[in-house]
Amino acid sequence: MTSIVATNQTILVVGGGISGMTAALEAAETGKQVVLVEKNPYLGGRTVQLYRYFPKMCHPTCGLEINLRRLKANPRIQVLTLAEVTGITGGKGAYSVSVKLKPRYVNTNCTACGECGKAVQTEIADAFNYNLGKVKAAYLPSSMAYPQRYVIDPSIIGTPDAERAKAACKYDAVNLDDQEEVISLNAGAIVWATGWQPYDASKIVYYGYDRFPNVISNVEFERLADPHGPTGGRILRPSDGKEAKNIAFIQCAGSRDENHLRHCSRFCCMGSLKQTHYVQEKYGDAGKSTIYYIDIRAIDRFEDFYQKVKANPNVSFVKSKVARITEDKDGNPVCNGVNTEGYVRYANAHDLVVLALGMEPSVKGVEIPAEVMSDSSGFLMADPANAGIFGAGCATNALDVNRAVQSATAAALRAIQVVNKVARAEA
Amino acid sequence: MSDLNQEMAERYKNNFLKEIEEQAEMGEWVKMCMQCGLCSGSCPTNFHSGWDHPPQEIFMLIRAGKREEVLNSEGMYMCTSCYNCYVRCPRKVPVTHVMHGIAEYAYRIGRAPKAQPTLHLSKTFWSNATKYGRVNEVQLTQSLYFKDGLGAGIKKGLEMKDVALGLVKAGRLNPMEALGMGHKCKDIKGIHAMLAKAEELEARNKAAKGKE
Repeated sequence: MTSIVATNQTILVVGGGISGMTAALEAAETGKQVVLVEKNPYLGGRTVQLYRYFPKMCHPTCGLEINLRRLKANPRIQVLTLAEVTGITGGKGAYSVSVKLKPRYVNTNCTACGECGKAVQTEIADAFNYNLGKVKAAYLPSSMAYPQRYVIDPSIIGTPDAERAKAACKYDAVNLDDQEEVISLNAGAIVWATGWQPYDASKIVYYGYDRFPNVISNVEFERLADPHGPTGGRILRPSDGKEAKNIAFIQCAGSRDENHLRHCSRFCCMGSLKQTHYVQEKYGDAGKSTIYYIDIRAIDRFEDFYQKVKANPNVSFVKSKVARITEDKDGNPVCNGVNTEGYVRYANAHDLVVLALGMEPSVKGVEIPAEVMSDSSGFLMADPANAGIFGAGCATNALDVNRAVQSATAAALRAIQVVNKVARAEA
Repeated sequence: MSDLNQEMAERYKNNFLKEIEEQAEMGEWVKMCMQCGLCSGSCPTNFHSGWDHPPQEIFMLIRAGKREEVLNSEGMYMCTSCYNCYVRCPRKVPVTHVMHGIAEYAYRIGRAPKAQPTLHLSKTFWSNATKYGRVNEVQLTQSLYFKDGLGAGIKKGLEMKDVALGLVKAGRLNPMEALGMGHKCKDIKGIHAMLAKAEELEARNKAAKGKE
């Protein structure tokens, strides 16, 4: 059994992405007890699946490393991975929470030596790389994964492959009898930081995401550009593995659309502007980017970033929402539409089309086992009737990393105030 | 008719957007357009020479007060009511209906182009359907086939003769409709009275607007 020490003065943080980690660290560094629950086998969420950040074009691993050092140094945070909250009862200052823990089949003896991965033959879709590649069924989710422990996929349990993994392990770290369990813990306040998911691109039928292999999403493009990604950082298009040098970016793919996501997702304009840097970085003047947009919303202080991209002769801008993607005889995706600056019809062939998919809250349509309020897009709202549960990060709004961190810090402060009251009452 | 054009131009001096909003059906949607271009790009008739201004441009011309450009345009008559633009519009603007609304308004004030094929179809269909209370298919087909003259009509009719005979055999087409017989609605007088009343109400409603 997993044992967790938690009282009514504990803050529970649900979601271990950048927002959840920030909320947990900020609260713990003021001396509070924190339990951090993450459903993936690793922390960092979608942020660690990025190749680079805007605006400074630095690597997320850097920021993650700082946060992991803070986390490892702090005895007040207990981390549960492969864990999901299944029930919340009670109220502000006295919640009782049940958490389902999925088996990892690998215990803390693991040194991440990788022998089990070599021994196992079965391959599964690589979720960390948005299923663009395959990984062995005994795997380390990413090179930066925390905890730095292998995971054995449940699909091979009971097969000879699982036995091979166990036999290969020199440290007695593989435990094939690991069972799913449900634990219950107390918490005075809860920070709900379950993040976001990219909008389901196949719903935008006229872009043919599920029909044309060379129409991919912005999150997938991050993995293609990343040296740790499935192509080793080479931007190769999925249909034939050809180097994609002429790339189209389609903005508002899902966002600002009453038929899809009614909100502006805020980060996608900057995301695509950033991704033109990847094309420039890989191919120099041979790499061409075209951004199809309604308006460029380089929010906040990022106008400067936009102006710099605009000055790059290898990046062109077409003011138009692409109406339809077709495919030519060479398998090139063709963007069809009418240009708003001149109202001229165009049909432009590219090597690869990247859909700048919008942000949908992960909480949308998901049953949160507590009373919470959400807006018309499904983002959590502050609920005065339920003053012990606070949304943070992209569960509350479409935010970039910077703003998600601010939002998480705010949520941590609110949670701290709740447990402070409990502490005074109990003193 | 052109008097009405003059009257409207006077009444809405320098505010063509307001004129469209008040006088054209669904015109109040024009200001909701965010100029993304999805409607124009989705339009199947956009290769046609008559498509001088796509819907998105018509919206912008209206907002810019370009009354003559819009009323001289053939763009809105090119609409085939495929509804691609309507279902895709990110702002849920009923683009198809707005196009019809503007076309109808231009027609009402005598600004519709002469010999415009879709306008001809609409007029023919409307008078046909309202005459009997339901569409008389034989007469409708005849008037469309013979639109460009006797020779062209006979040629088209012969081309389609097998289809027509097949429909007659299957009981889907009544040749007697050519003589004004065939299926009609039960209360044709009631239908005519209802349409007259609707026209009267709409005229009164539109006449009252823009006069404060």
